[in-house]
Amino acid sequence: MSGMKRKKDLTFLQRIYLPEIVKGLKLTLTNMFRPNVTLQYPEQKFTPPASYRGRPVLVEDKGNAERCVACGLCARVCPALAIEVQASETENEKERYPVKFEINMLRCIFCGFCEEVCPEEAIVMSKDYELVFSKRSDAIYGKDKLLVPIDNLKDRLEFLRNFK
Amino acid sequence: MPKIIIDSKEIEFKQGQTIIEAARENGIDIPHFCWHPKLSVSGNCRVCLVEVEKMPKLVISCATLAADGMVVNTRSEKTLSARRAVMEFILINHPLDCPICDEAGECKLQDYAYSHSVGESRFVEEKAHNIKRTEIGPRIMFDAERCISCSRCIRFSSEIAGANQLTFTKRGDRVTISTFPGESFDNPYSMNTVDICPVGALTNKDFRFKSRVWEMSATKSICTGCSRGCNIDIWVRNNKIMRLTPRNNEQVNADWMCDNGRINSFKFVNAEDRIDSVQVRKEGFLQPVTWEEGIKTAAVSLKKFKPHEIAFIGSPYATNEDNYLMAKLAKALGVQNISIIQHSVEGDCDDILIREDKTPNLTGAALAGIRPNYNGFSLNQLVDGIRQKKIKAVYIIEDDLYSIAGADEKAFANLELLIVNSSNRNKTTLSADIVFPASTFAEKNGTFVNFAGVVQRIRPAVATAEMDRALDGMEMSKWDKFGTKFDRWMQGEKKDAKPTWRIITQIGEQLGMKFKYEMAENVFDEMSGAIKEFAGTDYDKIGSEGLKLKSEKIAVNV
Repeated sequence: MSGMKRKKDLTFLQRIYLPEIVKGLKLTLTNMFRPNVTLQYPEQKFTPPASYRGRPVLVEDKGNAERCVACGLCARVCPALAIEVQASETENEKERYPVKFEINMLRCIFCGFCEEVCPEEAIVMSKDYELVFSKRSDAIYGKDKLLVPIDNLKDRLEFLRNFK
Repeated sequence: MPKIIIDSKEIEFKQGQTIIEAARENGIDIPHFCWHPKLSVSGNCRVCLVEVEKMPKLVISCATLAADGMVVNTRSEKTLSARRAVMEFILINHPLDCPICDEAGECKLQDYAYSHSVGESRFVEEKAHNIKRTEIGPRIMFDAERCISCSRCIRFSSEIAGANQLTFTKRGDRVTISTFPGESFDNPYSMNTVDICPVGALTNKDFRFKSRVWEMSATKSICTGCSRGCNIDIWVRNNKIMRLTPRNNEQVNADWMCDNGRINSFKFVNAEDRIDSVQVRKEGFLQPVTWEEGIKTAAVSLKKFKPHEIAFIGSPYATNEDNYLMAKLAKALGVQNISIIQHSVEGDCDDILIREDKTPNLTGAALAGIRPNYNGFSLNQLVDGIRQKKIKAVYIIEDDLYSIAGADEKAFANLELLIVNSSNRNKTTLSADIVFPASTFAEKNGTFVNFAGVVQRIRPAVATAEMDRALDGMEMSKWDKFGTKFDRWMQGEKKDAKPTWRIITQIGEQLGMKFKYEMAENVFDEMSGAIKEFAGTDYDKIGSEGLKLKSEKIAVNV
């Protein structure tokens, strides 16, 4: 590299490096006194915003009734075939309800298509991101695990109303 | 031939055809709700409006006769805007029930709303409400709100079913379908209206909410309810039959089937009383054994008897292949006592579809070599022979010995050996010595010959333990295609059953005969060489439409 010439020689200040070291130390020191963003999970938990797509859940309306009418559109649209629905007849006005509603959380890819396609706003994405299973069959969530009272989902339902 | 130009395509038509018929024959689809090829023209839905040159107004193509030189346009702006307007009118009072409606997925209104409508409504007022969920008949639910008053069901019940049971009542937006006061919509063909209803106003009570139509696979098959042999589709989900629907075949059943066949001819496939393993009687009790042991025991036991001590009973419920191999096994063993049990219900017939003979294949069994009174051997002789201990062993396939007229509880007590192939438990299997679980018509390949001599194919729709949907070329839904063994829907029960022809093949092999059949088609190919009525036929030629056998007269009773 003997043939190469510097475009510009370093100045005296640059050559002694001291101002740059001070600059670096300044950045380090400011960050040292900034508030901490790291969460000490699992002692501390992350509360996601309403736009977050956690595991899909079924909305349980007031009076312990699911909104779902088992139309099967979520199962149809699901790109990962995670959802299985079996409908049956009820006496109430909606005529049908899901006698079985299962989501295989190992198949689910959290895309939110089921929520988007649902004509009854019955399936929504929750803030739950903690999914742990010890065997395959545990990953299939039935109605018992999927139904969530509407009061716990207000955030998401409002978000959907505004942005869907 | 006169010619008509539709969408600048010149087509020939027969004098007397309407525009929609001429178009349909040439693959041009004009949307229609109330028009049906098998019913009279009513012309009330107005969605088939087309523009005809030199006519001042649009005309309905279902009621306008095609004329030589007519120029029709089904895609002009005038036609399209009229069609959109008609769709908008029809949709005004149609409820947004698709999520809870069984018709969704095979609904004409849904399809046309997608392809011929603008996608939104300008109607902001309250929709007209009407009665929902009415039992209009014992097998049909009626939802008055969904009805678009096309009158197909009314015309079907008077013109095809010959039962004037339905009519329109009221006017305007309150018009609805009704039976006459105090009457129920219960004619034996009523459920065909579910198929022809272009919306979900009439739905099948038996199938109600059981499955969405896109979740099932449909397999072309034949109804086993009577000797008509109506062409059907078997709809299967999670390896269970959900419903049967008629399939068009002009030489057999046109577009229809009877309610009894539709509801009752498949229930035994999913039933609780299916036989789930090979059973051999040991120390007085039927005990499950392996297939190998069962086959071996059957062969060894049969050998113990002299040919004239053995009787073989074929079955009009079994396929030609099954009966042919049974006859072949009988011949190889030298057994002369061959018969078959007939299941006729006298008087239970009409001149539409329903036949007295309640079995699908009596004619075919006769052609395959198993007929009533074969060589003068009647069922009475069988019962007497067993009583007098002349006949000591009976091998019966897919039938119940106790259904023989006059056979009481003690009639078969003297039998030393009773082998039976059966899908479900019955009196015969309970008293049998060896029981083989047989595949049902929905679980195997094979052929039936109907009363008029039309040979038709059945195909497996439900997989048994020895089958795999993909490898055996069975029809598959999206879920079948992408499922794994860890998915619940793939864990539907697979019965450990085999088709009767395979069971007989294995017994034959065990007895040292040259029975080399890998699939039902091999058996049929041999039959077409050996039996003159089947000469020149094969599975491909039979296809999904069936084949009329050439023989002038097919005698069942000899």
